[in-house]
Amino acid sequence: MWLYEKKLQYPVKVSKCDPMMAKYLMEQYGGADGELSAALRYLNQRYSIPNEVIGLLTDIGTEEFSHLEMIATMIYKLTKDATPEQLKAAGLGEHYVMHDHALYYQNSAGDAFTATYLQAKGDPIADLYEDIAAEEKARATYQWLIDMTDDVDLQDGLKFLREREIVHSQRFREAVEILKVERDKQKFF
Amino acid sequence: MAGKKQEMYDEQLLQLQEIDFVLLELNLYLDTHPGDIQAIQQYNQLAMKRKQMQMEFEAAYGPLLHYGQSYTKYPFQWIESPWPWQV
Repeated sequence: MWLYEKKLQYPVKVSKCDPMMAKYLMEQYGGADGELSAALRYLNQRYSIPNEVIGLLTDIGTEEFSHLEMIATMIYKLTKDATPEQLKAAGLGEHYVMHDHALYYQNSAGDAFTATYLQAKGDPIADLYEDIAAEEKARATYQWLIDMTDDVDLQDGLKFLREREIVHSQRFREAVEILKVERDKQKFF
Repeated sequence: MAGKKQEMYDEQLLQLQEIDFVLLELNLYLDTHPGDIQAIQQYNQLAMKRKQMQMEFEAAYGPLLHYGQSYTKYPFQWIESPWPWQV
């Protein structure tokens, strides 16, 4: 089961109201390689993966929910003081009409989150390679997001998240090696 | 795990699940009744008892929590089976 801890994993600061940047950040909220997608992907794969990597998927999957909360905090802070006119100018006019200032699980183009973003093949190597690819795609997305803003406070939070993608990718690569060693062990019955 | 140890594990796990459910229910109640002093006393008493039960359970069967919220013996016990869906 899960517990909630009443704090962010890393402090989130923004230095200005910027609904355009909030729209871009939705890619990491409800997009294909976003944090919700990552959390659901890893936690769902745990049931069919060998015991050796269940702990890793649990720990990284849970961390993704902390990242989801950080992205939500960024979007909230970037849009909370925006007028309908400012939202419209940022391409969030449709979002305002449907959701007002509420957050919604959608990508930067406004497409709703879908389970088709996730894969679960049941083959441990296929699933872990999927996870490595997801982390690398998320890392690249964080880089593009950092490039899209001159807000150093926002960049600081995004850089933390970018580094976490790198660590996750490396741990998943090690998990692949652990499973290969296990697979290649001579077994006598 | 087998036999006597499995029985002990099942029993202690059920006791944790029971006290946690009481605490969760009190939590939801207090979310909408924050001024009920008796419920708060019950919540804090059970929270203390829960901490004690967690310590005993973890000493016998390994960590319940990750991210440094439980202690571990060598080698790292967190990754050991069984997982909740395997018992």
